[in-house]
Amino acid sequence: MWDNTLMVAPHVRILVAKPGLDGHDRGAKIVARALRDAGYEVIYTGLHQTPEMIVAAAIQEDVDAIGLSILSGAHNVLLPKITAMLRDQGAADIKVFCGGIIPDADIPGLREAGIAAVFTPGTSLEQIVAWVRENVKPRGVTA
Amino acid sequence: MDQSRVARLRAARERWEREVLGPALARQPERAARFSTVSDLEIARLYGPEDRAGRDPGLPGEYPFTRGIHPTMYRGRLWTMRMFAGYGTAEDTNARFHYLLAQGQTGLSVAFDMPTLMGYDSDHPRALGEVGREGVAVDTVEDMDLLLRDVPLDRITTSMTINAPANVLLAMYVAVAAARGISPQTIGGTTQTDMLKEFIAQKEWIVPPRPSMKLIQDLLVYCTREVPRWNTISISGYHIREAGATAVQELAFTLADGIAYVEAGIAAGLDVDAFAPRLSFFFDVHNDFLEEIAKFRAARRMWARIMRERFHARNPRSWMLRTHAQTAGVSLTAQQPMNNIVRTALQALAAVLGGCQSLHTNSMDETYALPTEDAVTVALRTQQIIAHETGVTHTVDPLGGAYAVEALTDRIEAEADAYIRKIDDMGGMLAAIEHAYPMGEIAEASYRYQQQLERGEKIVVGVNAFAQDEPSPIPLHAVDPDVERRQLERVRRVRAARDAAAAARARDALRRVTEAGGNTMPAIVDAVRARVTLGEICDVFRDVYGEYREQAVL
Repeated sequence: MWDNTLMVAPHVRILVAKPGLDGHDRGAKIVARALRDAGYEVIYTGLHQTPEMIVAAAIQEDVDAIGLSILSGAHNVLLPKITAMLRDQGAADIKVFCGGIIPDADIPGLREAGIAAVFTPGTSLEQIVAWVRENVKPRGVTA
Repeated sequence: MDQSRVARLRAARERWEREVLGPALARQPERAARFSTVSDLEIARLYGPEDRAGRDPGLPGEYPFTRGIHPTMYRGRLWTMRMFAGYGTAEDTNARFHYLLAQGQTGLSVAFDMPTLMGYDSDHPRALGEVGREGVAVDTVEDMDLLLRDVPLDRITTSMTINAPANVLLAMYVAVAAARGISPQTIGGTTQTDMLKEFIAQKEWIVPPRPSMKLIQDLLVYCTREVPRWNTISISGYHIREAGATAVQELAFTLADGIAYVEAGIAAGLDVDAFAPRLSFFFDVHNDFLEEIAKFRAARRMWARIMRERFHARNPRSWMLRTHAQTAGVSLTAQQPMNNIVRTALQALAAVLGGCQSLHTNSMDETYALPTEDAVTVALRTQQIIAHETGVTHTVDPLGGAYAVEALTDRIEAEADAYIRKIDDMGGMLAAIEHAYPMGEIAEASYRYQQQLERGEKIVVGVNAFAQDEPSPIPLHAVDPDVERRQLERVRRVRAARDAAAAARARDALRRVTEAGGNTMPAIVDAVRARVTLGEICDVFRDVYGEYREQAVL
């Protein structure tokens, strides 16, 4: 069980983004709301975002983390592209985590590509919020 | 039921509560203070004859069809077992179709990949990584021909889950049939063509809502004249429910979408009875057994009344809500995936007891990937077991008259009616969508349910109760990594080999008719024949109408 009042985390900004062409936004919206209820500042991109659009939004909004939701099966192509573009633009310290329909076999490759956490179906909001609290700090502050 | 009988029943209930229930509760309290469905509809301890106060559910095969649209239901003909399938290239999916037909499936249902759903060719930059992943890639009429290879189009009906580019895929289907000498007058099938639920829930779109409705009007008018056996719109609650709606919201928003399409058809100059019989429906069937059965029964009664009283349709076929059903993908769990076979079987049984006309049963591995052949086979066998072993098909509407089922049918109807009135007051579904009203209602409901799960008020076996140490590994379907390259090669080859001048002329003609506001369907059929691609045709619509951008609501 999670208690919103214990989770106030000021000055942490999180971009919740939907890469790929799939329209399954139920999970992204629920996670965005849970993070907001836990005290984070959340920016939601909306659907059908290209890696370029997501990285540009993250840098422009000066976020500390990006939560990616993808259920289209294109995760192995699109997610490493996002982390590579962040590195190229000197923003590798933005923590990237993701969730969706992601087979276990694909997780090591995504971790290697710089995705800090992969949340698979059945993960509770409590687990996601706890992970963010543990792992996402304002950028420039040593975690 | 006369008043004195109701009074006697109420008195008997009060005596029972006092003498039997009270002492029982004193000995053993109930498990919860409140019982509710998965949609959070409160359920009473006991339903009785007094709860309906004499309303008769009527008889099957006649208005208002609460008990079914046919007088004999499954005694006459079983539902169509129609498994949704599509992955990779057209050849890959065609092989799966022939496997399913060989296993006793009776209709085809095509799942397209995301770029196709969004009107992009496979070599568009936005298609990167998505080609053939969640469905089959179709770029040109040549892909459609391969997809339907050795399928007897005059005998097998094909349902295509395609919305924003529905006109293009229908044109390809017509062109393939014509090339095989089969007249459009004789082909049967379905395009989903339901853009309103795309804006509400499924979210695969090209142009904004109003021009989307114009393209749907074109398809309605064209099919009414040229392809009379085509099911023009499959008005879909499935995606609305999967996005987190309650059963009542699914029903209300779907029927409100239906109302908007009927109004659009009439506004396009069609007589209501000329096109309404070819509208069909598609509902989700979720875990909550009685609620789902009641939802199907309420849906039929409400649609019959809407068509007869609101639109003054005279043909009984216009009043009938014919529906496809699909078990709830969202109810399946990645944990202990074998449990999904049981969930799907119970949901499928609810769809049959609810009186559906066709059914897709999900496979147990679909929280991981598209299903394997073995998993699909179990899902199809589930339907065959219900059809041939359980005996529920031997009598029409076996649960009709059950106090709980009739009371829930009434309750769901009343709550859905209230939603429809609210949407009417907003100016109809198109206006409601422009105000993001249904999207907000769904987001609220899905967040509320998630919180109930987190608090343990709702139980999902294997997830927040009865969890086991995982993993329980199951074999998964892998999409051939070479699909994208093969498909890109094909669309480029078709573009290079076509008569460039003829293709350009067909595109120009389509642009002119689109700009002039004429019916686009004949020009689309000409364009697909000239090997103009799906993406090129949709680019014309993007240019003329602009692209849709959603105002995202959390």
